[in-house]
Amino acid sequence: MDIFLLEAVINGILLGGVLALLALGLNLIFGVIDVVWIAYAELVMSGMYAVYWLTNAQGWPVLLACAAAILFVALLGVLVHLLIIQPILGSAPINQLLATGGLLFFLQSLATLLFGTDFRNLGVRLPIIELGDIFISFARLLAFVVALLGAAALYLFLSRTFLGTAIRAVAQDRDIMGLMGVDQRRIYLITSAIGGGLAGLAACLLLLQYDVHPFIGLTFGPITFMICVLGGLGNMIGGFVAAFVISQIIAVTGYYLSIEASYVLAFVVFIVLILIRPQGLFSK
Amino acid sequence: MSARLIAGVVAAILIALVPLAASDYLLHIAVQILLWSFVYTAWAIMGRFGLVSLGHGAFLGIGGYVPALLWNFYGVTPWIGIPVSVALAALLALAVAYPATRVRVVGHYYALVTLALGQVVALVIIALRDITGGSLGMTPRAVGFSWFALQFPAKSQFYLLALVVWIAGLAVWLWLDRGTGSRALEAINEDEAAAASIGINVMREKLRVTLISAALTALGGALFVQYLMYVNPETVAGVGVSLQIVFAAIAGGMYSLLGPTVGALFTIALTESLRIYFGTSFIGAANTIYGALLVLFIIFLPRGILGGIEALLARRPAAVRG
Repeated sequence: MDIFLLEAVINGILLGGVLALLALGLNLIFGVIDVVWIAYAELVMSGMYAVYWLTNAQGWPVLLACAAAILFVALLGVLVHLLIIQPILGSAPINQLLATGGLLFFLQSLATLLFGTDFRNLGVRLPIIELGDIFISFARLLAFVVALLGAAALYLFLSRTFLGTAIRAVAQDRDIMGLMGVDQRRIYLITSAIGGGLAGLAACLLLLQYDVHPFIGLTFGPITFMICVLGGLGNMIGGFVAAFVISQIIAVTGYYLSIEASYVLAFVVFIVLILIRPQGLFSK
Repeated sequence: MSARLIAGVVAAILIALVPLAASDYLLHIAVQILLWSFVYTAWAIMGRFGLVSLGHGAFLGIGGYVPALLWNFYGVTPWIGIPVSVALAALLALAVAYPATRVRVVGHYYALVTLALGQVVALVIIALRDITGGSLGMTPRAVGFSWFALQFPAKSQFYLLALVVWIAGLAVWLWLDRGTGSRALEAINEDEAAAASIGINVMREKLRVTLISAALTALGGALFVQYLMYVNPETVAGVGVSLQIVFAAIAGGMYSLLGPTVGALFTIALTESLRIYFGTSFIGAANTIYGALLVLFIIFLPRGILGGIEALLARRPAAVRG
């Protein structure tokens, strides 16, 4: 096998880890609350700026800043639910999607207002690992490992704890669980906090590899939605697999053609697959 | 109905008189309002029936680029280039809307499929940077005033053209409402299976309104480029502009004939006044307020500004309305 192709494939797998983490958060919210946060990538962007600001302007250590950013985005998630979703929970689902779309503009412009349109980064340079002739960025490997750990932690939480079980139960049948004495409002708030927290974690991992700017959400936001839909909105394992499928398409096509061509192909594959199997690839 | 028609004609004449009095700056704003109103109206023609497309940037981009490319590389007049781009946009809409209607891709899924479509067109434009200039954009070759090249450097001339196109867009909306199509689409939006069971041809109704919407949007994109004499992927294609179209139409009121126009007036007036008030040092201030307002609109005024006003008027006794 071509050594550069192998490198592209490995990079694709590493990218898939972070995309999977993003898709998990979005899927959790969709599965439980039945809304699409179209501004999800902008929450990630807010988290990236939080880490940047805390480390570069306030001089916090990176790990502490990351922890704070995760909490910050989790709080944002709660606010999104309380201020935007809850008042219109009863109206058409598309309205909830559009309301978070307004949030997308708001966060983008607020970031422009606060930080300008310059590209910012942590200023931390992590080493490159050499495996024979293959070069792997340590930042990407770290992001991949942490993303998988995050996904595993979420899985354990949902399957092993009482609260996690309640969340899954609400996802399966909202109305019945209300009758069983589960406080839906509380479950929704907790889910929003976890979804936000996952966005915050993804933000920390992305900032290791990419510069942050106000419009960064538009570059990976759409791809995250594609992954969720391909896996079946609300189906977390499907989303997890789809993340790796899409990231391989991007990595390998990017190697043979160009970055834009790879994204074009990923979106076209998405459109075609959805029109063939609208319920998602991995639904029963 | 006839009273509304007369009011419309009077308003149109009044608006046509504006170039005699206005400054270049005001004319520029007026042209932008008219062209965006036309595009927002084109979106709302289908959006009001629950066909919420987040990818109209795809059609706007085709309209923006195809005539300009044909003109620059082959000297083809926009009189041919624009119909070609409109046909291409309609074809693309057909290619996606037909299967989407077949397998009943609706709601979230429809929104996300169209979002992807917008991304595809934007990325193709960027990827073909050798001919489109990529993210830097391109300028159609300027020849001065020319009917053949459809270039009108004077703002007042273009203003009249934009006015005609805007009125044409409203006419298409009214024409759609005259037939049974609008009511059929409302029924489909309520309950697709029930609508099909009483004999409504769901496929035909949805495709018709989708193709018209895509074609008009492409026309709007083409006219923007003829007016600005510059085009780049960010302003005519991609997620940003696609969402801008959706939100302006919703803010104005996508269920009312003049709602999208109110949306264009509102958003452009807001942006311009905030820009003047804050100056350029506060890049982003305008959109921050705009974004917050959008959220509030969707929560408290889901039928938009005009829809809200209409609801207020309807509550009063009928005599007041005459």
